[in-house]
Amino acid sequence: MTTQRTSGRRKQALAAAAAVAGLLTLAACGGGNDKGGSSSGAAGFDAANNKVAQADQVKKGGTLKYVSTQDADFWDTTRGYYGFMWDFARYYSRQLLTYKTQPGAEGAKLTPDLATDMGQVSSDGKTYTFHLRDGITWEDGKAITSQDIKYGIERVWAQDVLSGGPIYLQQMLDPNNTYKGPYKDTSKDKLGLKAISTPDAKTIVFHLPKANSDFPEVLAMVTASPIRQDKDTKAKYTLHPFSSGPYKFESYSPGKGLVLVRNTEWKASSDPVRKAYPDKITLDISSNQNDSDQRLINGDYDIDASQTGLGPQARQIALKQHKGNLDNPVSGFIRYAVFPQTVKPFDNIHCRKAVIYAADHVSIQTARGGPIAGGDIGTNMLPPSVAGSEGQKYDPYGISGANKNGNADLAKKELKACGKPNGFSTTIAVRNNKAQEVATATSLQASLKKVGINADIYQYDGSQSSGIIGAPANVEKKKLGIIIMGWGPDFPTVQGYGIPLWSSHYILQSGNNNFAMIKDKTIDGLFDQYIGTQDEAKKTQIATDINHKVSEGAYYLPFTFERLLNFRSSRIGNVYTSNAFSGYYDFVNIGLKSTK
Amino acid sequence: MGHRKTSGGPRSCGGPLAVLAYLIRRLFAAAVMLVVIILVVFCIFFLVPKWAGVDIASSFVGKQADPASVAAVREKLGLSDPIFVQVWHFFKGIFVGRTYSAGGDITHCAAPCFGYSFRTEQDVWPVLTDRFPVTLGLALGAAVLWLVFGVAAGVLSALKRGSLWDRGAMVIALGGVSLPIYFTGLLSLAIFSYGLGWIDGKYVPLTESFTGWLGGMILPWVTLAFLYAAMYARITRATMLEILGEDYIRTARAKGLKEQVVISKHAMRSTMTPILTMLGMDLGALIGGAILTETTFSLPGLGQAVLNAIKTQDLPIILGVTLITSLAVLIANLVVDVLYAVIDPRVRLA
Amino acid sequence: MTELSKSGAAVGEPTSTSPAPTSFLEVRDLKVHFPTDDGLVKSVDGLSFKLEKGKTLGIVGESGSGKSVTSLGIMGLHTAGQYGKRKAQISGEIWLDGTELLSADPDEVRKLRGREMSMIFQDPLSALHPYYTIGQQIVEAYRIHHDVDKKTAKRRAVEMLDRVGIPQPDKRVDNYPHEFSGGMRQRAMIAMSLVNNPELLIADEPTTALDVTVQAQILDLIRDLQKEFGSAVIIITHDLGVVAELADDILVMYGGRCVERGPAEKVFYEPRHPYTWGLLGSMPRLDREQQERLIPVKGSPPSLINIPSGCAFNPRCPYADIPKDNVTRTVRPELTEVGSQHWAACHLTPEQRERIWTEEIAPKL
Repeated sequence: MTTQRTSGRRKQALAAAAAVAGLLTLAACGGGNDKGGSSSGAAGFDAANNKVAQADQVKKGGTLKYVSTQDADFWDTTRGYYGFMWDFARYYSRQLLTYKTQPGAEGAKLTPDLATDMGQVSSDGKTYTFHLRDGITWEDGKAITSQDIKYGIERVWAQDVLSGGPIYLQQMLDPNNTYKGPYKDTSKDKLGLKAISTPDAKTIVFHLPKANSDFPEVLAMVTASPIRQDKDTKAKYTLHPFSSGPYKFESYSPGKGLVLVRNTEWKASSDPVRKAYPDKITLDISSNQNDSDQRLINGDYDIDASQTGLGPQARQIALKQHKGNLDNPVSGFIRYAVFPQTVKPFDNIHCRKAVIYAADHVSIQTARGGPIAGGDIGTNMLPPSVAGSEGQKYDPYGISGANKNGNADLAKKELKACGKPNGFSTTIAVRNNKAQEVATATSLQASLKKVGINADIYQYDGSQSSGIIGAPANVEKKKLGIIIMGWGPDFPTVQGYGIPLWSSHYILQSGNNNFAMIKDKTIDGLFDQYIGTQDEAKKTQIATDINHKVSEGAYYLPFTFERLLNFRSSRIGNVYTSNAFSGYYDFVNIGLKSTK
Repeated sequence: MGHRKTSGGPRSCGGPLAVLAYLIRRLFAAAVMLVVIILVVFCIFFLVPKWAGVDIASSFVGKQADPASVAAVREKLGLSDPIFVQVWHFFKGIFVGRTYSAGGDITHCAAPCFGYSFRTEQDVWPVLTDRFPVTLGLALGAAVLWLVFGVAAGVLSALKRGSLWDRGAMVIALGGVSLPIYFTGLLSLAIFSYGLGWIDGKYVPLTESFTGWLGGMILPWVTLAFLYAAMYARITRATMLEILGEDYIRTARAKGLKEQVVISKHAMRSTMTPILTMLGMDLGALIGGAILTETTFSLPGLGQAVLNAIKTQDLPIILGVTLITSLAVLIANLVVDVLYAVIDPRVRLA
Repeated sequence: MTELSKSGAAVGEPTSTSPAPTSFLEVRDLKVHFPTDDGLVKSVDGLSFKLEKGKTLGIVGESGSGKSVTSLGIMGLHTAGQYGKRKAQISGEIWLDGTELLSADPDEVRKLRGREMSMIFQDPLSALHPYYTIGQQIVEAYRIHHDVDKKTAKRRAVEMLDRVGIPQPDKRVDNYPHEFSGGMRQRAMIAMSLVNNPELLIADEPTTALDVTVQAQILDLIRDLQKEFGSAVIIITHDLGVVAELADDILVMYGGRCVERGPAEKVFYEPRHPYTWGLLGSMPRLDREQQERLIPVKGSPPSLINIPSGCAFNPRCPYADIPKDNVTRTVRPELTEVGSQHWAACHLTPEQRERIWTEEIAPKL
């Protein structure tokens, strides 16, 4: 749920980018290589965006080659928190439930994986019971048991040894954190967590102290993967996870790369989800984005595993010469500015609205990289990939419509209503390691000046976010009236996206994400209602309602519904983007069109 | 060069024995230096943050830290022990290994133990030994290139001072010094790897394939060597010009020596001393991590490791690389000092 | 040392057509000019002299008078190792044992260096390579011109060190220059110069860098060695005292030219140039206190780019106004014979000079 998931692009590469861009273009033209391009098997622009590209051309076998400019935080399923790691982990891990291997919104729906069905939920929504399939095995051929799943989940409690990873399971199953984790577990089988019972090896029952209708989504996170006790190497498990999926680790060298090979014990008959086309999957970590982009374009690699999109100069080359290999999906991320109500005059809704109206949304979009690299102009705070979103159709402030270039008259009217007819002074806080965020801050500063709002720009060390903008006392002291951030869902529901941002219960003294300091009983109530509702249609409606409430409060100035620009090589097929993974390609079922 | 008045009588400082005695003195000094470096580095990494109020344990635990986990980690890493105990454990770890234990989680770290990575859970030492050969190969290969070409260009420029060659070479050298690695590196990749496709440019370990290794290293070598060759050419030229004005060069000519011999024997030997000093420093620093080169060419060396470690605030890796760098600088300087003593007999007395 | 040709006699004549001389060393109208950014530096501007085997010539003058440039010119060291565009411009003729050096193949001249003619430099510490042992440097000097193995050459080196008076030469041969005292270093330097039995030895300020007591020893050594080897010797110095006992003939240089020359006793006892008087006056004498020196050469040496017109010495000469019509400032005086084989270039009449010398100068010395 943190912004860690957007991997930072290499500043160093950016610095060189401008200078070398021209030369690279020349080289690419002069090289005259004919890989890629529409004539040679690329599926076409956006062919895999919310639809499946070339599913029928895929063959079994071959080596699928990933490249990434960064390694995963952890490959241990308990500890990984990077979005691409969750996507990739489906190769070597299975869960009770998982996301459908379908494009777009359909991909955000759940389907049974290790479980035989979607489970039985008690009428109070507090008990979930699952039965396991037959034929599910570990990489050494032993059967995966309900105890293995319980043990895997218990590891979330051992944060002292296994740092990292989301803790939704702990929050939902043991909100008071009474269990001490399997390593301090005094029971003989180390399965002391009361909230989960395993009446037999094929049955697992979850007892929630409080109902939460998104519990299945949480079970579908890789965090809930089974882990076998005798194979648990604790902190070092991340160096060689033991596979329950169709592929197993052959080698992994942190910061360098990894190789997955077929898990011969995995049975296709036991797995309705995974197709397991390639024989081998490699991931090389490259430290130079220009280099890895170029190798993608040249066909040395198939996909960028980190799914952060092409760098600036490779983007130009690819758009000109290899457009058929590109997809430009919406990512699930929203980039925005947020107004802490604790900083005057943003305690007044009219002053907040004044900023929203004064901003030149087109120029901010340009600062983010334009419609392709940046994304669509954001009009509200619920990402298009999340159920309940209306996308740009819901635009209460005319951000992408009448007021898209800023509306000074309306802004001044709001300023008057706020009691600051001549404007006011404030500070924009922005991470110094995100060039695009600094650019948006500058853009915003310029349009605010036109209505008399004078904003200083305060740049801070991005790695220190939690102590600077995440500490409300500090925000108040430094008078950070406008904070520029980005956010994406951990799982594609309004809860997975919005609870830390909008719920009054999530205001923290440090590491806070409810920057706006929203304490709205209506919103809190809607979240409670959402959590207690099992009906999908009703849940969707509540999500829409929450979004409307947030917009009406004018706590946020959305910048963009972010888009990615990802490259898929002409060698691969059955490629599609999935809302479950914020617009990333669904890795697990990609195959090669030719195995040569 | 002090004008030393001696009272006459032979002195025994000319032979190999003198060099050996000198070497032993230097080795001893280096060992003392190493201990001091370890202490200082340990203090910088573990004590200064503590004094500054930064909690190392919480950076280990990560963002989801709750106080209990942080306390457990603190116990496991021994961070609440008195300073001297911590230093002692750290030292002991280097020589006999160390076992971290807390809350039922026991991690053993074999000697030489520099701790283990907060991020990847690997022991630091294997990470270093895994990555060291890459960086060493990069540094040494590049050093050979830049020495050969840099010194040759510098000598030629000095001998043809003011000529077209001299001016051309010095302009190129200025370019080499001023152009950043990531520019020349990307340029060379763009031309030779993506453009012409002559070189794959992907790193392959030497143990897998010699030709593959060469193919992966040649561009980094050339790029790095270009920068350094430029510096060395300039230094060589300046030094050579200075040496050529020395009286003993005139003496050599007055003996009737051929000019080639005057240059290659008499002038070169003197020119080598400042170059060796530079080489020692540069090699030492490079072995600590040619960060830009390794990043540009995706070489999995120490530089990349330390860069990632800095990004993820992975203290033990940073500390390990820092120590390796210090050690490399120390060794490189030791080698240079010894070579110095071999070249310049006056040094042996020092 | 007869037949001193007039300065400038050979100007313009191609060297190849000049008759070969009979003297062992003959320098004719030597000019050494260095182009610089500020102009042409005329370090030596028309110098001629002769020297026979077994004889010693002392070239005397202040620094910048052109004496060292002359010696380097003879050795051919202005052309060897001159890199870049600004090479020295050398004209005239240098005949050594029947060979004209300036027009000879540079490699032939190189072969003569160290064997036929060799040189001792002013500061033996900087003139010896600091990184090689004394032995290695002597051995090298020997083996350039003698096809012998290192062992033989080393024996020769030890022999030479012994000859120049270095104690325990078999041990000291392996020492480095910095392990020698100043005097010992100069002895070693001399040993190196003489290792090939050269017929011409040029000693450029051989004692300047040494202690006074050591100076005499070195000079004695040079004299003894000359007798033994029978070489021709040129001693270059700014100090007349150095050459007083050593030289057969003395040549006084000023501003790149010769202003007086003749047999040593003539130049010392009947000097006929005011500059020579000045030099004699500034000679260090053990029996005199320094402040009693009466006739120091006032002023500073002339610029070699803009040499004063007329007599180059006129700005510093106390007698410049004696000749009429301002001639000292307009006409350059030529060398004229003032006694037997004694020549001087001065506008004062010989009588005037004799009077000034005997009445004003000599009594004060």
